[in-house]
Amino acid sequence: MNASTITIDILRYRPEMDEKPFTQSYEVPYSADLSVLESLQYIKDHLDSTVSFRWSCRMAICGSCGMMVNGVPKLGCKVFLRDYYPKKVTLAPLANFPIERDLVVVMDDFIDKLESVKPYLIPEKEKDLATGPHQQTPLQMEKFKQFSMCINCGLCYAACPQYALDKKFTGPAALALLARYNRDSRDNGEAERMKIVNQEEGVWGCTFVGYCSVVCPKDVDPAAAIQLLKVDSSKDYLIGMFKPD
Amino acid sequence: MSKRKPYVRELPIDWWLKNAFYTKYMIREGSSLFITLYSLILAWGVFRLSQGEAAFNAWMAALHHPFSIILHLIALALALYHTVTWFSLAPKAIALWIKGKRLPDKFIIAGHYGAFVVVSIFCLIIITL
Repeated sequence: MNASTITIDILRYRPEMDEKPFTQSYEVPYSADLSVLESLQYIKDHLDSTVSFRWSCRMAICGSCGMMVNGVPKLGCKVFLRDYYPKKVTLAPLANFPIERDLVVVMDDFIDKLESVKPYLIPEKEKDLATGPHQQTPLQMEKFKQFSMCINCGLCYAACPQYALDKKFTGPAALALLARYNRDSRDNGEAERMKIVNQEEGVWGCTFVGYCSVVCPKDVDPAAAIQLLKVDSSKDYLIGMFKPD
Repeated sequence: MSKRKPYVRELPIDWWLKNAFYTKYMIREGSSLFITLYSLILAWGVFRLSQGEAAFNAWMAALHHPFSIILHLIALALALYHTVTWFSLAPKAIALWIKGKRLPDKFIIAGHYGAFVVVSIFCLIIITL
């Protein structure tokens, strides 16, 4: 058997030993159907058990294995070595997040931002359970469904230069999540959420780079969500001029 | 005791040169510098016009300087680049629902080019009449 190998460079950082991250190279047996995540598992099982990375489902739904693959934010499970072979693959933790250890990042700020946009239905008035479910037509669902497909992987934050430059920016995923609830026919919380949208840290922190939508593994298109929210925010401002509150 | 010590990476100053997507974005945004220069030169021409014929003719003569021509060619190229890239992004800011279906992107982009042509012809007519 003439086994070919591929070089995988990993940006490593061990907080108890290292002052700053450094690159370590590994040689992994190459096969066309090996994902980057599987190659990391090979490294951990056979070459170096100290390498840390996050993963769970292996099928692009848990959103755990986001990382920079040759400088581009990707899910490790959704990208394959064959797309790079015979060139080497360079792995680094997701950009714009602090590194916890090796490929693991601190996502606390991201989670806080998701929580900050009131990501739950705020009905006009509480409905008695006995009156049955909140009904919705397929068209009403279609209007927000795309924005509800987010798996909170954080790739869009790693792709966003505005978030890189200003951590106060609410960011793509959280604003797409906000749009998802604002556009839901069962929700009546738009007035509350527009206060978040209208801020400088809200949609106006976005300069429409658009890379968030390119890297999104679920085609959520957060850039579109934000631009549509800018339209809403402008309308909100205009209406507010003539009709305060 | 916790050994946690999260490492914060600094954003390199040339971050926008490391990815072609960011570079194109910066060119799109950077086009505003040349378009601002163009607008200022144009505004200066209006100001010179208010000072009389001789002043305006001097401004016109200055426009024929090779430096001025190069500047205007760069501004034109960047304005076109901005227009093309901006039009291609326009559908993201427009959600038109017609009979339960979202209007396809290509119609929105075509609408922008259509409006661009109509406005350009209108302006040409005003200038030449």
